[in-house]
Amino acid sequence: MLPTPYRVAGRTVQTRDTATLRLVPVRRSLPPFRAGQFTMLYARGVGEVAISISGDQSTSDGSLEQTIRDVGAVSRALHAAEPGTVLGVRGPFGRGWDVESARGRDIVIVAGGVGLAPLRPVVLAVLADRASYGRVVLIAGARTPEDFLYRGEFDGWARSIEVVRTVDGPVMGWTGEVGFVTEPLDRLVAVPEQTVAFLCGPEPMMRFSAQALLRKGVPPSDIRVSLERNMQCGTGLCGHCQLGPLLLCRDGPVADYAHAEPLLLAREL
Amino acid sequence: MSGLDRFTALPPFARLTPAETLVLQRATREVAFAEGERLCAEGHPADRLWVLESGRVAVDTGVPGRGDVVVQTLGPGELLGWSWLVPPYRWDFGARALTPVTAAELDGPLLRQLAEADPAFGFALTRALFEVLAHRIRGTRARLLDLYRSGHER
Repeated sequence: MLPTPYRVAGRTVQTRDTATLRLVPVRRSLPPFRAGQFTMLYARGVGEVAISISGDQSTSDGSLEQTIRDVGAVSRALHAAEPGTVLGVRGPFGRGWDVESARGRDIVIVAGGVGLAPLRPVVLAVLADRASYGRVVLIAGARTPEDFLYRGEFDGWARSIEVVRTVDGPVMGWTGEVGFVTEPLDRLVAVPEQTVAFLCGPEPMMRFSAQALLRKGVPPSDIRVSLERNMQCGTGLCGHCQLGPLLLCRDGPVADYAHAEPLLLAREL
Repeated sequence: MSGLDRFTALPPFARLTPAETLVLQRATREVAFAEGERLCAEGHPADRLWVLESGRVAVDTGVPGRGDVVVQTLGPGELLGWSWLVPPYRWDFGARALTPVTAAELDGPLLRQLAEADPAFGFALTRALFEVLAHRIRGTRARLLDLYRSGHER
């Protein structure tokens, strides 16, 4: 499967090491994506990595938004790509969040750090169809206030859903919450059996959040997590992203916690 | 909502029996704090606890050169203060209202007396407080992991 050329049409700096690229097809576009899916992004001469799609799944012009954190050679090249740069894109791959299956229910979205990027499409999908969902709460955690992604969007989101931002460390002048995401989570799930949870962030954060939800009485089948391993082919052929019985590029990245918990608690697989 | 209903609905005390909740009510009064008002000060005698009903509170400690540093924020349904339970009965941290706050304020020494007189109530109360403590320590341990740092920060 060859990469499809996309041009960087815009670059928005999110934090000191994270930026969002708006990509438009040079010629043909990839198939439409669903919230929670990812693409393989290729920086010419450097390499290819899996990046979750952070834009609006209802977009019909073939464009993509992808938020990239500079953590290695490939992501550094992608993160630094200026408007006009042509990148290769394969995908979209994987199973998404299936937001629509939560219609008629309460939703709690828990994002840690850059884990908000794959969850932004969930927020946008809910906002576009707000009347179809019950109470919707977004809990976003970050190291410091400057580390939140999409800082300019929170106020707009908060007009339609409950938004709680909490930081790990104390910071002078911060008027939001201080504490781990599990702490507001514990008091914000009102009707556990009515709630569907979407979690994304570092694996311990997802485990701790899922455990808090289980203690509240949310069934594991209603807790969805986004798992990450070494995605390479994107089509379930190479096996690099295997996690137990799952090939995450095909069977994930989103899985329900009933299936994910034993895999996340295993010391070695 | 009656005082009994209020306690029954609050997470720390949801598992107490109605009889135990009634005992708890004997040690309770309604209080309100203005934004910026201090609920307790580090090192001062600790003789009460609060179950927050509305608003937000910052738990803080004084750090030279940095002022009062917020280590945690608490909101509705959460419990503030357990230094009244164990000697030397002095606040380990301070707390200040970030917004207007209403709370149920419980008399710590009276709670200790009630718990000593009725071990079943004492156990139920201690278990309720232990659940709150366990929840807080899980969150604190998670924060110690510094999970959101970038790969460049070692």
